[in-house]
Amino acid sequence: MNRATKSRLKDKGFRYLGMGVTISCLLVLAIFVGFVIYMGVDRLSWEFMKSLPSRFAAQSGIYTAWIGTIWVLAFTTLISFPLGVGAGIYLEEYARENKFATFLEINIANLAGVPSVIYGLLGLEVFVRMMQMGNSILAGALTLALLILPIIIVSTRESIRAVPSTIRDASNALGASKWQTIWNQVLPASFGGILTGVILALSRAVGETAPLIVVGALAYVPFAPQGPLDEFTVLPIQIFNWVTRPQHEFVVNAAAAIIVLLLITFVMNGIAVYLRNRWQKKMDW
Amino acid sequence: MMDSKTKSSKPKATNVETKPKLDANKQSYKLQAKGVDVFYDDFQAIKNISLDIVENSITAFIGPSGCGKSTFLRLFNRMNDYIDGFSMNGDILMDGDDIYDPSVKVEELRKTVGMVFQKPNPFPKSIYENVAYGLRIQGITDEDYIEERVVTSLKQATLFSEVDENLEKQALSLSGGQQQRLCIARALAVKPSVLLMDEPTSALDPISSGKIEDLIHELKEKYTIVIVTHNMQQAGRVSDNTAFLYMGSLVEYGDTQKIFTNPEKDRTQNYITGRFG
Repeated sequence: MNRATKSRLKDKGFRYLGMGVTISCLLVLAIFVGFVIYMGVDRLSWEFMKSLPSRFAAQSGIYTAWIGTIWVLAFTTLISFPLGVGAGIYLEEYARENKFATFLEINIANLAGVPSVIYGLLGLEVFVRMMQMGNSILAGALTLALLILPIIIVSTRESIRAVPSTIRDASNALGASKWQTIWNQVLPASFGGILTGVILALSRAVGETAPLIVVGALAYVPFAPQGPLDEFTVLPIQIFNWVTRPQHEFVVNAAAAIIVLLLITFVMNGIAVYLRNRWQKKMDW
Repeated sequence: MMDSKTKSSKPKATNVETKPKLDANKQSYKLQAKGVDVFYDDFQAIKNISLDIVENSITAFIGPSGCGKSTFLRLFNRMNDYIDGFSMNGDILMDGDDIYDPSVKVEELRKTVGMVFQKPNPFPKSIYENVAYGLRIQGITDEDYIEERVVTSLKQATLFSEVDENLEKQALSLSGGQQQRLCIARALAVKPSVLLMDEPTSALDPISSGKIEDLIHELKEKYTIVIVTHNMQQAGRVSDNTAFLYMGSLVEYGDTQKIFTNPEKDRTQNYITGRFG
């Protein structure tokens, strides 16, 4: 066997190996999703979406949970978007070459690796206790915002860095101030990428359970929240709560709630992909 | 093409290389460099260059890659300020005033000194908004005035007749040559008195390049133009005065015709005839 045949065989072998690994990953996911749908799809109904949680599985619903999820998501967005994008702009445009920026950069990278339950503890101590927000939506949203800030900052910086320097030069050479260049050229050109990053970060926040349990999102909330300082629960916690029950009916409820949660994340990721494609086409220089 | 405006002023023996001759009383030096050194950290990119640029003329900087001609050009609108490790000695004067004086606002300076880059770099906006951009960032909101400036500038840049059907068209859909003329129109819209051009035709085909060269020649009437070029023929065709830079130093500077036909330095001769560079 000569070398060319050998390397071709190797090439082929690696291709099938790669394909096999990919397919088995997808297969596991497909089995999981299929199983959840099989278990829960019959339980899905408007009744289920509109009902409050109850000790009787058949009367239980996820109304408080998905309303809570939306409240938390909205406030997480409001808090993390300006902070994360602002920090990204600062680090990329203003703080390029100094020790302080390097220090910040290392810490942001470290923060991205901190387990989410630690954020929960931070949230409990700072927001719930010190700032006396209680087990409120605001405390939960602030905690989740902290959790996803590193992701938003990193993706903002990457999007800004992808804007060609020729555009900056053109704007500066016409007498634009730094901020005018950022606002009129850099941000519009990188906005698709920034938005994509923000949505992906938020879709991660939707699924977070641990930090919210620590912050005190109650599993049984008999009413839907009316404002940011109300107590709340979210879908993942409701699911967590149900799967810990011994009765099979509650597990079916959990499966139905998982379908709703998966739908929310799929839609969000779908929007992110759509935006990325749209902006890439538009910004093709 | 070459103007002979050398009749009346006496050549100064001590400073032949750095003073192109003026047409008596009609012209003055628009830009002056006085003993300029430029450093990027420890690397010295420009070595003690003094040079005067005649108003409403075209001055070409030539020299091999890395000789510092682009760096030198960018001193006149302070585009090097952003580069990490940049520092300089000496003075750059415009109309006799030091443009690196702390009281000078860079943004104001750049409204007077426009720039065109090597690669056409229109904004990903409409043709109209590209040209209007410089006015809008000055806070001008008078839409009639803006429209007048857009149309005039596009006409000056000889682009108007090609795009007048739809000024809302995306600028990036224009051809490379059109994009570069759009960039020139964009620079002209804010009424600069100086136009810096950094190899404006190096990314273009010969026909587009020819159009830009014709345009540069017309613009000379109203603007002081400084052009960096790799293209010897181009320097010979369009410029009144030529400066030859080598390794960060000014080797020779003077009337273009003289530089190209009878240079004083061997190195200039060698470069122009293509023996190195």
